[in-house]
Amino acid sequence: MAVMNVNPTRMQLTKLKKQLTTAVRGHKMLKDKRDELMRQFLDLVRETRNLRNKVEMELKNCNSHFVNASAVMSKEALDASLMSPKQRINIEVKTKNVMSVEIPEYEYNTRTSDEGDMFPYGFAFTSFELDDAVTSLNNVLPDMIKLAQYEKSCELMSAEIEKTRRRVNSLEHVMIPRYQDTIKYIDMKLEENDRSSRTRLMKVKDMLLDKAHNYSGKQ
Amino acid sequence: MAKNIAVIGDSESIKGFSAIGLDIFPCDSFDEASHQLRNIADSDNYSVIYLTEEVFNHTEKERERYEERISPAIIPIPGVKGNKNTGTKRLSSFVEKAVGSDII
Repeated sequence: MAVMNVNPTRMQLTKLKKQLTTAVRGHKMLKDKRDELMRQFLDLVRETRNLRNKVEMELKNCNSHFVNASAVMSKEALDASLMSPKQRINIEVKTKNVMSVEIPEYEYNTRTSDEGDMFPYGFAFTSFELDDAVTSLNNVLPDMIKLAQYEKSCELMSAEIEKTRRRVNSLEHVMIPRYQDTIKYIDMKLEENDRSSRTRLMKVKDMLLDKAHNYSGKQ
Repeated sequence: MAKNIAVIGDSESIKGFSAIGLDIFPCDSFDEASHQLRNIADSDNYSVIYLTEEVFNHTEKERERYEERISPAIIPIPGVKGNKNTGTKRLSSFVEKAVGSDII
């Protein structure tokens, strides 16, 4: 029994009882929060995993396109054609609150919306393999940004779930039993005091009666 | 505030990203990469930073600081050398952290 180091008084008892109800209410709320977070987190993780597999496949494709391009073109020519980018990406970060966890939401826009306009090189001296590579990479980009958003959300949510779980456990297994034990201890102590003072009173009454009527002398 | 996307890794893997508008930071050594990562992440101009898996695995200490922050998001991507499953492992580690065991 883990009893806190407190004085067994009535005042302390009411205080502890109040703290216990708060702890129980907090525990229930945190437990609900944990369960809801967990549900959303698991959904998100499943989605993220599928998205990641997709993005990794597509990136592998892009890389093979680039390898093809570098086989056809010289390294210098390839580097030179990619050197001065025309396209530009702007990301707007918004935050969304999910069960008190701030998770990011990305919105992006590109400088040129026309897909044909994004190539940073002229078509005359480059191979079509390079066009393929750049186009395929451009097609993965929305998924990559979505993946970043999902993975960051997973990261933040898992940290929050861990924290909440710890809180729930400490309330459930340490704080609440300790309050209950201490309340029981004070209750028993007060009852004990009550009984001892009652017996003392009875004893004193007996002694007084004995003195007044001289019971023991008559026998 | 409008921010940008950065890619750090070996130049072979990442040069294509510059064509579609991402900022690339080619690095030859892991020391250089971790230095770059710190500069980029602290500059607050980038909300997403993609690292190739090799770099990702060698910059654990630097990444730690940004784990709890909402920006930047540091995400591993496979490089030209092939997929090492760093991303999937990372996801599993999140599940393990949250649930207690890897249930997915």
